[in-house]
Amino acid sequence: MLTVCELHKSFGPIQAVQGVSFTVNKGEVLGFLGPNGAGKTTTMRMITGFLPPSSGTAKICGHDIQEDPVGAKRCLGYLPENAPSYHAMTVTEFLTFIAEVRGFRGSDCRDRVEAAIVKSRLESVRNQTVETLSKGYRQRTCFAQAVLHDPPVLVMDEPTDGLDPNQKFVVRQMIRDMAAEKAIIISTHILEEVDAVCTRAIVIARGRIVANGTPAELRARAPNGRLEDVFRTLTMTEEVPRHV
Amino acid sequence: MCNSCIVRTIFRREFRNYFNSPVAYVFLVAFLLLVNALTFLFAQYYEGHQADLTAFFLWHPWVYLLLVPAATMGLWAEERRTGTIELLLTLPITLGQAILGKFLAAWAFLGVALALTGVIIPTTIFLLGGNLDLGVTFAGYLGSFLLAGACVAVGTLTSAMTRSQVIGFVLALFACLVFDLAGFDPLVRLFSGWSPALADFVAQGSFLRHFESLRRGVIDLVDLAYFGGIMAIALIATHAVLNSRKGA
Repeated sequence: MLTVCELHKSFGPIQAVQGVSFTVNKGEVLGFLGPNGAGKTTTMRMITGFLPPSSGTAKICGHDIQEDPVGAKRCLGYLPENAPSYHAMTVTEFLTFIAEVRGFRGSDCRDRVEAAIVKSRLESVRNQTVETLSKGYRQRTCFAQAVLHDPPVLVMDEPTDGLDPNQKFVVRQMIRDMAAEKAIIISTHILEEVDAVCTRAIVIARGRIVANGTPAELRARAPNGRLEDVFRTLTMTEEVPRHV
Repeated sequence: MCNSCIVRTIFRREFRNYFNSPVAYVFLVAFLLLVNALTFLFAQYYEGHQADLTAFFLWHPWVYLLLVPAATMGLWAEERRTGTIELLLTLPITLGQAILGKFLAAWAFLGVALALTGVIIPTTIFLLGGNLDLGVTFAGYLGSFLLAGACVAVGTLTSAMTRSQVIGFVLALFACLVFDLAGFDPLVRLFSGWSPALADFVAQGSFLRHFESLRRGVIDLVDLAYFGGIMAIALIATHAVLNSRKGA
């Protein structure tokens, strides 16, 4: 459902992403792993059509993100890094705005918003403005906008970053609940996440994919079977300063 | 989903956003106080002893100069600062729809402020006699609204250039100042002594020159096209700026 083909992105002299390709099928939860600055967010921004790639492209449900961006974005739910949302709006107003932009009207719109609120467990704060919410609720509000239209492809950039253990548990539960129906990518630098929700993982370092496999396959790469050690060996070698 | 439905949805959110905070009310009060203070205290409103609104419209370019940048500085700078731009532009909409929706919302907000000054019409009729020319008044309001639109478009552009609202404000103020001063009579006279042709050419491109004929009651296609053109150019430039710098 999602095909990423030879994505490249450079910012001036910095090569942020250098030839990333992979596919994600329905029912898969792909963990996108890598140290900070490895190119995870840049890759996701290209997949979701926010940043134009220097070369390469991504196809979402057959829609090329460059040639048919609106069609591709229709099939896509996106939770950007730091879960941005309009702070002066209430949760309901914000979700209604997203639903209307996505073309839902009238009772259909109300039903969608209601279902997203229930699914993201936001019932108790629905009439509060986003600025008054804790980080966990803000994260879930942004999560709600990403799943409101029941997209076949879901892209989430560090969905559990900065949450407390209980909130992480809730978010992971929500991801697992939807996993069978969708193609999901989550980026993270938290390795426990891979075991918690992912069916497959890609490790990216300095803009390149350095490993691609199931959590078990990745684990088999280290003699002691610890993901941390695999991650360190894959991403720490030839540590060079990125800003030349 | 139809083009105009998306623009309308974005317009509604942006327009309501002004009223979601005290900003709208502070702005409207400041606008009305400023316009009326300038009209009644500094523009010989009474001295003409005739019912016309020259003294009222005279100050509009300068009021917009100061206040329009305040209304537009957040349009894109705030989206960029808080990261919501990433959310907005990954929705199934085009950049053009987002720009148009936001621009129209800010322009409509200025329209509300301008409409509230309408009290000046019965006031003038009451104070200065009943022979106020409503045609000229209409042309004046039309000119003022178009002028506001041009300033809003310039403010939209400068807001898109930065993630700092303050920088967006200062740039818009400066740009509108240039467009105003280019047709400001004392300056035009000054430069006429040096090169009359050039001074006149520059003045032709100014907000003041085109607003002036409208507030005198002449609805000329050239002036309408001028303001439409300024808006179109500024919005196309906004599109180019956001396309190249949205991630920065």
